[in-house]
Amino acid sequence: MSELLRSELLGSDLSHARTLALAGRHGGLGAAALTPAAPATRLSLRAKPDAVETLSAALGISLPTRPKTSASSNGRHALWLGPDEWLVIDETEADLMAAAASSNVLHSATDVSHRNTAILVKGFGAEVAVNGGCPQDLTLAAFPINACSRTIFGKAEIVLLRTADDAFRIECWRSFSPYVFGLLSEAAEDAGN
Amino acid sequence: MLLIYCPYCEEERSELEFRQAGDAHIARPRNMTEMSDADFEAFFFLRDNVKGLTFERWRHLNGCGRFFNAARDTVSDKFLTTYKAGLPRPDISALRPAASSPVGTAPVETYEATEADAK
Ligand SMILES: [Zn+2]
Repeated sequence: MSELLRSELLGSDLSHARTLALAGRHGGLGAAALTPAAPATRLSLRAKPDAVETLSAALGISLPTRPKTSASSNGRHALWLGPDEWLVIDETEADLMAAAASSNVLHSATDVSHRNTAILVKGFGAEVAVNGGCPQDLTLAAFPINACSRTIFGKAEIVLLRTADDAFRIECWRSFSPYVFGLLSEAAEDAGN
Repeated sequence: MLLIYCPYCEEERSELEFRQAGDAHIARPRNMTEMSDADFEAFFFLRDNVKGLTFERWRHLNGCGRFFNAARDTVSDKFLTTYKAGLPRPDISALRPAASSPVGTAPVETYEATEADAK
């Protein structure tokens, strides 16, 4: 069996076995439309300050060191979660674990690609919809484009990333996603009123 | 909604993102195996539960995840200041305009003031 065929078979097996948590769901109205995000690879990354520069080089993205900031390049995002903690997301499903390991500096990386799923919120009412469950000040002055934060949405923990004036990416745990999507749908429909 | 300043996130956030985590500045004994039960009980269980100024550990659980310390008035629920873990107790008298008046003399809606005489 050729390597190509083998990897194709392996790939099809995996995609068959894995059902996306929010597959087929849609919600919201014109004010704020909700879409389950495409699969992505994700890292929960911890490192001391002296490793940040080398890790950034290995990941090809500058790990932010200021609260509530993120860096993005070519579908890869690094979100500041805490003074020594980041969530790294790659929308092209690149191998982030291998990239982090190639840094050869002390760090902790956990593959959370399938622990999290994400919901995209877009529309002029996106801010109001997210505020339906999140207590943070989401005005553009306090939460500008590329701002990010771990916070709460109703009873669930989320990581919020603002991708545009009128768009957010909400990362949440897979098992919380039906709850988050449900509450967000209600808030999104109310956002138009 | 009560806002709490996180010294790591460097901004005020909703209390919903935080958890209280007991008294601050409790030194962990280095000789636990040699301690008497009474001494261990005092370290492990006994707290002052003061009415007024108290120093507490808080955790920005659904935020940066870090533990930090806070000086808080248990009567008014007001946070006087918050500071990073590992730092010594701050000088509270410098933070209070009315430093001469003892904690809790300001009119606040305590249970005693509002409910105690309720029939
Ligand atoms: Zn914080």
